[in-house]
Amino acid sequence: MTTVTDDSHHDDHHEHHIPTGIKRWLYTTNHKDIGTLYLWFAFIMFLTGGAMAMVIRAELFQPGLQIVDPNFFNQMTTVHGLVMVFGAVMPAFTGLANWLVPMMIGAPDMALPRMNNWSFWILPFAFLILLSSLFMEGGGPAFGWTFYAPLSTTYSNDGTALFVFAVHIMGASSIMGAINVIVTIVNMRAPGMTYMKMPLFVWTWLITAFLLIAVMPVLAGAVTMVLTDKFFGTSFFDAAGGGDPVMFQHIFWFFGHPEVYIMILPAFGIISAIVPTFARKRLFGYASMVYATASIALLSFIVWAHHMFTTGMPVGAELFFMFATMLISVPTGVKVFNWVATMWRGSMTFEVPMLFALAFIVLFTIGGLSGLMLAITPVDFQYHDTYFVVAHFHYVLVTGAIFSIMAAVYYWLPKWTGKMFHIGLAKWHFWCSLVSVNVLFFPMHFVGLAGMPRRIPDYALQFADFNKWISIGGFAFGLSQLIFLALLIKACKKQGEPVSGQVWEGAEGLEWEIPSPAPYHSFETPPEVK
Amino acid sequence: MKKILSKAESVLAVLLANPVFAESEKHIDQYKLNMTEGVTDISAKVYDLHMLMFWICVVIGAGVFIAMFISMYFHRKSRGYKPATFHESVKVEIAWTVIPFIILIAMAVPAANLLFDMEDASEPDLTVLVTGSQWKWHYKYMDNDVEFFSKMATQAEQIDGKFAKNENYLLEVDRALVIPTGKKVRFLITSDDVIHAWWVPDFAVKQDANPGFINDAWAKVEQPGVYRGQCAELCGKDHGFMPVVVVAKEPAEYDKWIAEQQAIQQKAKEEEQRLLAMNMTMDEAMALGEKVYNANCAACHMPNGEGLPGVFPALKGSQIALEDQPKHIDVLVNGVTGTAMQAYAKQLSMSDLAAVVTYERNAWGNNTGDLVQAKDINAAINGK
Repeated sequence: MTTVTDDSHHDDHHEHHIPTGIKRWLYTTNHKDIGTLYLWFAFIMFLTGGAMAMVIRAELFQPGLQIVDPNFFNQMTTVHGLVMVFGAVMPAFTGLANWLVPMMIGAPDMALPRMNNWSFWILPFAFLILLSSLFMEGGGPAFGWTFYAPLSTTYSNDGTALFVFAVHIMGASSIMGAINVIVTIVNMRAPGMTYMKMPLFVWTWLITAFLLIAVMPVLAGAVTMVLTDKFFGTSFFDAAGGGDPVMFQHIFWFFGHPEVYIMILPAFGIISAIVPTFARKRLFGYASMVYATASIALLSFIVWAHHMFTTGMPVGAELFFMFATMLISVPTGVKVFNWVATMWRGSMTFEVPMLFALAFIVLFTIGGLSGLMLAITPVDFQYHDTYFVVAHFHYVLVTGAIFSIMAAVYYWLPKWTGKMFHIGLAKWHFWCSLVSVNVLFFPMHFVGLAGMPRRIPDYALQFADFNKWISIGGFAFGLSQLIFLALLIKACKKQGEPVSGQVWEGAEGLEWEIPSPAPYHSFETPPEVK
Repeated sequence: MKKILSKAESVLAVLLANPVFAESEKHIDQYKLNMTEGVTDISAKVYDLHMLMFWICVVIGAGVFIAMFISMYFHRKSRGYKPATFHESVKVEIAWTVIPFIILIAMAVPAANLLFDMEDASEPDLTVLVTGSQWKWHYKYMDNDVEFFSKMATQAEQIDGKFAKNENYLLEVDRALVIPTGKKVRFLITSDDVIHAWWVPDFAVKQDANPGFINDAWAKVEQPGVYRGQCAELCGKDHGFMPVVVVAKEPAEYDKWIAEQQAIQQKAKEEEQRLLAMNMTMDEAMALGEKVYNANCAACHMPNGEGLPGVFPALKGSQIALEDQPKHIDVLVNGVTGTAMQAYAKQLSMSDLAAVVTYERNAWGNNTGDLVQAKDINAAINGK
């Protein structure tokens, strides 16, 4: 891989056309500006959803109701989930795709820059609508982020309409983002960059984008049926009118399970970029990584009902979904084995991005293994809807998806700003997060196995001690993220040591061949990839 | 409220005084780490399968992490380790695709066998229809003429922290489901409103209660005892306050109990007819009405009658409670379709309904002075 033109004249030329102040951000069609917007939006949503998690943990600090009433507690669990999934994790990955995909494939920008602007700018409005419902009469959605009918239809408040419209806008935004990623990757790769030479982050995002286009319309269908069931007298999910409440769950999880992989496949791409850099050794099994990602994506369409083992499916269906789900652990295992094999006999150093990547591998594997346990139908009857499930999906989403996003930010931030971030703060952020996140989520396995159901505002006395520890871990994890905030503010003020284009000793790929900070249009003339 | 609670407490006191039940009541184990082995053959098998899965996962995880930590310790730049250049190996990659696959098959076989046993609810000795509704369970014995509601018995004062919390905080009910030991009991599970899930960890039974559909599950309990669980599917505001308590009794004791219940329910029906002819005074109606209100209505309409704006309507100052008495009775008796308001005609006696209507029309400043009698309710239900 080679060469890039670094022409500061060109750079200046473009700077002249950039509006200043708020207009720069409102009108921008530049992939880097939009990437930055997405990432800051995701971080603000992460802190917002985190604040709701703090309310939940404060209420659960001890038995009894002390701080909020059960109805508001349900709103907190619901909106926490929606904000974290649709507001934090997904936009953060889209932000990373915006910043990185053009730089990694040798393109000047995303293929559809105006749509890119639009897909970001409708997002704040979606969340404004969703969050404003919390302040209205009746409050926000209180039926869980999975909005099972008929709790979300006949038995919900009128704010449900706001929830439905907010989800529609989020879905439209995701679909547009996904189309942009696909068009960019298919059409704008530098000469010589064949599909099997693309960095894994590009591969995983390409597959993720297809998943998004396949399932976001299904979600849109589900919320629309909820809307018409509630307000317009249809009976999709009402047995009294010939519908079926369980059908809602089939539709929701047909979206919901691929959605889970939408939130983890780009993470696999990030880890596959970081581990080779700091092991100073090429990624082990590149081709099998690509095939594993594709198989996970395909399998994700035939496992949805493992979320529904207790709904009373026929035994044959339960067996099918159990076996299909177990099968997913094979390609996922291949990925973990490949990362370990990449480290094996490498020459490792432990800079902050690598610390997060290593924590990801260990903790995501724990979350993956508890997922394998959950796949086993007979025991799932005991695990289902308990804190064991809460522990499982927070291990794969917080120490999985979110840790990978943090690893990515630390890895590419010097490339974006041209300055090394504050390493001391970064290490504090890592170690505080690592310890507190395990105090927070590990004991949830125990209370779940001991019989504590999820989504309850109060609990029996035998769960008291662990819940106190879980809450303490939660508060500590929440506070640790303020270190990250301080570090990011410093970075955006361009404080820190200047870095070279290469930044990290072992880094390879087109994005490291352009200067730091990356020029406004990464590649004005396409580089030649050998 | 107090009367109902003292009744619940006395029921519990009787249960606890019985040595068999007292023994089976475990002390609170604050650091319980693992799944219960339960008290049925199935629950023990579920526990064994869980442990098998757990140890397989531990071994796989340990293998991966050990390899990783060896590499992190030995293959580091600070020790001067020079990186190798290998980056693929077809043999190794095939091995770690095929071996996990074989392990999975080894897991799948016992899991499938156990699943067939769990799902086989055929040929039961006894069938109970379990119906969830916001936020209580209803049990109906299909082979006897016995049915009743089962509601959480923990006092609001314990939840608010005004009273000390007792041992079975949130896991105690006014009337527990009673089943015989050594018999295959089939549970038919359904719901009257949203989706609930009936869960007793000691039986390894957890089934969703879907409105309009019936699921089944079964348990054969060998040991007498009190077994506690909770609703496991988010079902609205008081999802966390919907416990399940099952008491298993020796068959002889069970037969005695069910006969008693049948007699009591028969008598209650006769009593209701007798009460139709009687009139309550205002004070009697208000006292009974407050008790009934707090047990059945306060969860949504709140003890102060103000409801939750936008979710559950206020009764205090409402047009129906102040003016439209026939509509008021109609709402209580038949419920309101398309809302969370249930039909109480089958849940409460006519005198209870009369008292609670009276209470709602005269409490919290709703001073209508209206006194409703059981016969008024009877007229609304039976058109007499």
